[in-house]
Amino acid sequence: MQIRNDKGIVKWLLIGLCTVFLLVTLVLPLVYVIYTALREGFQAYLASVTDTYAVKAILLTVKVVIITVVINSVFGIFAAWLITRFQFHGKKIISTLIDLPLTISPIIAGLIFVLTFGRQSAIYPLLEKWGIQIIFAVPGVVLATIFVTFPFISREIIPVLTVEGTDEEEAAALMGANGFQIFTQITFPHIKWAFLYGVVLCSARAMGEFGAVSVLSGHLRGITNTMPLYIELLYQAFDFTGAFAMSSILVIMALIILVLRNILEYRGRKEMDA
Amino acid sequence: MRKKKSVIPGFGLSFGIVMAILGLIVIIPLCSLVVFSMKLSFHDFIVTVTRPRVLASYKVSILTAFIASVINAVMGLAIAWVLVRYKFPGKRIMDGIIELPFALPTAVAGIALTHLTVPEGWVGKIFAKTGVKIAYTRIGITIALVFIGIPFVVRSVQPVLEKVEAEYEEAAAMFGASRVQIFFQVIFPEIRPALIAGFTMAFARSIGEYGSVVFIAGNTPYKTEITPLMIMAKLQEFDYASATSIALVMLLISFVILFVNAVIQSFTSKIVSGIE
Amino acid sequence: MGENEQAYVKLQNINKTFGNFKASDDVSFTVEKGKLIGLLGPSGSGKTTLLRILAGLETADSGDIYIDGKEVNHVPASKRGIGFVFQNYALFRYKTVFDNIAFGLKIQKWNKTDIKNRVEELIELVGLKGLEKRYPKQLSGGQRQRVAFARALATQPNLLLLDEPFAAIDAKVRKELRGWLRELINQMGITSIFVTHDQDEAIEVADEIIVMNQGKIEQIGTPVDVYSNPQSPFVVQFLGEPVSIRDYTQFKGFHESGGSSRAVIRPEFVTVTRKKEFNPYPVTTEEGVVERVAFRGNVLELTVRVQNELFIAHRQIGQELISEGEHVNVFLQRMYLVDDAGQTVKIAVNEALREEESVVI
Repeated sequence: MQIRNDKGIVKWLLIGLCTVFLLVTLVLPLVYVIYTALREGFQAYLASVTDTYAVKAILLTVKVVIITVVINSVFGIFAAWLITRFQFHGKKIISTLIDLPLTISPIIAGLIFVLTFGRQSAIYPLLEKWGIQIIFAVPGVVLATIFVTFPFISREIIPVLTVEGTDEEEAAALMGANGFQIFTQITFPHIKWAFLYGVVLCSARAMGEFGAVSVLSGHLRGITNTMPLYIELLYQAFDFTGAFAMSSILVIMALIILVLRNILEYRGRKEMDA
Repeated sequence: MRKKKSVIPGFGLSFGIVMAILGLIVIIPLCSLVVFSMKLSFHDFIVTVTRPRVLASYKVSILTAFIASVINAVMGLAIAWVLVRYKFPGKRIMDGIIELPFALPTAVAGIALTHLTVPEGWVGKIFAKTGVKIAYTRIGITIALVFIGIPFVVRSVQPVLEKVEAEYEEAAAMFGASRVQIFFQVIFPEIRPALIAGFTMAFARSIGEYGSVVFIAGNTPYKTEITPLMIMAKLQEFDYASATSIALVMLLISFVILFVNAVIQSFTSKIVSGIE
Repeated sequence: MGENEQAYVKLQNINKTFGNFKASDDVSFTVEKGKLIGLLGPSGSGKTTLLRILAGLETADSGDIYIDGKEVNHVPASKRGIGFVFQNYALFRYKTVFDNIAFGLKIQKWNKTDIKNRVEELIELVGLKGLEKRYPKQLSGGQRQRVAFARALATQPNLLLLDEPFAAIDAKVRKELRGWLRELINQMGITSIFVTHDQDEAIEVADEIIVMNQGKIEQIGTPVDVYSNPQSPFVVQFLGEPVSIRDYTQFKGFHESGGSSRAVIRPEFVTVTRKKEFNPYPVTTEEGVVERVAFRGNVLELTVRVQNELFIAHRQIGQELISEGEHVNVFLQRMYLVDDAGQTVKIAVNEALREEESVVI
């Protein structure tokens, strides 16, 4: 490894440059959010985050995140099983469709749900007859969030299952194990870290999604406003302390997510190496 | 959709669940986009997507996304290099923080960056002295896009750089190549596909980004209006036809970017693997 | 059909293609109860596919499979009464040795005490006592194979299938394990089929060898039979250390045989002696020049040129040394003549030996 030793100057110059860049672009905004949130004292901060509408926004966000994670987990596990364990026609199309939401702008994601369930849609009369409201209501917010986080969990599991191969499952099947036994006893131990990793990524994005949710929520204060939308509302009303106070909660969540992410990645790697 | 027989059970159940959820979340909404697009009159479509204000928004979106992605390609490569090749205190923290833009809600990043860069803000103050305005200009938009694009390049290049064998560099050094020559002639070709892939992902994401940009952009017509904002504005006017028309153009742009990337990737992988 | 009454496993006209690749081309064979069969062939010859079809891991495009006289085409893999040892063993990485072996028994809902007794019995049998609590990654390659073997036997299958059972083991341990496995299978009397690409392995372990190539069976027989009487050009080229020669009629003791212009000879049929050494067959002995002498550990390998053809011969270490460039006597005992259509193989024995009517293996 002799030759890989760069001269001291180059090394420290590069490290310095990267550190400054990351400090300014990533760390400074974080610090600023916390600083501004607490600028008017802890009382004002507490008042902001315990405001009725703030609490409702927090609860709605928690609800949306939970529903999204559950649905995407179910989907992710079954999709990964389907794609890595069976050969069938149309497999490529399915994987492409699963990854498609990643390449679509969140605003367009919102738009397609408006077109699907909105007033001009063919199924709108049906929905109206049954009294189901999707757009400008909570179901729309949930659907949009599921859409933008759609591939997050399956994408983490698929590579792990591909590497593992099907030998162990075939062996179990040969011994007469049924699908549930094979999955819980043989497959799941392999994918548990990747799965949790996907759950963390999915939660992070679900909690913070703004564009798609913004299109579908209708901005009904206390009803369809998630935390990011509520922050926008406060910000546009020049309630900066309030906006940054709410933001600080999301910043703390983001930091927790980063720590979890790193732990899970470390655990996953360790298990792979062993 | 006929499958080959397998001893591993669960095909029917998995297929059913996957198709049901995929259908509701992706296929039906995409179909309704297609159906709705069919109903648009071609003439109206062209008029809508070539209005001067809309044309200006493409320019703003593509230009700022491109510049931000170039900055991210350069800085992302440097960060990946530093993380893979050097040992220094705080390395683990630097590595861990790269994903922050994925974890932090874009709206939060948006308002924080805006407040920092207005002329009275911590950063804005410094630049105001030199007469440079950041917030509510294209520079501001670019900075927001740099923020959201960093992880794409770093996480794309880092694993490839880790796999570059020391032997390559040692072999080159045996021939008397300098560090700079080794980097550009031995290492860079190895990581180029990953760098291009990272750049493309950052670029595609930046063009569609809304949350972090909308606050800092100021949204002045012709100057700092991005295309997603144009769609949003049309949606708020319930003008779904115009919103869909502009969205189709955006989708086209993203697919062109992804297609170009796919072509470059298959071209380079052919060189490496030697398979026609 | 007296013969078929004995057949424990019977495959009839099995066909299987993957895309354009014909993995099984009308394959039929039978296996007698209690026999240990080696399925031998190069990679891509379709031997593993055949094993997987037999196990029910793959489905044949056409053809019938019988186990113990019953047609099992549509019987699921787990109901065929088969123990399967995978190439990389496919041990459950997140289960201990004990739980790996017990898995099949738990699935069959054995009661706890029976499971414990059976697993302990198997652990004793494969010699892994004391390692019950280990995980597969804490075991050596040989130990993993023993676990895989015990796991496959746990549910008392009537047929044991092994896919390249020695491929993942270090060369040194491999030899020892071969003997162990053979002994164990004989002791249990279980009908077994194993797949291998290694001829030494097949010859040493199997009661009977099935040689496969390009999805077809080339030859079936005992190891001695297959090795010394190869019946197809492929088998001739695949077994031993074959050397091809073009014009075999130029050598003393061999005559033109109708339709064959090519011959194959193995080192054990080439005797090289020094000029001054005793030569029992002076009339049909050729003269050659030693071009290369290579040390192979247990023997010296000589490359000898005779009338513009190169031969490989072995010479014992204890014998007088032969040096490069030396003129020597070369006696060719027998050759395999391949007919021009590439269909059949004839054995040509040197005239001198034929007259004496001696048989050489």
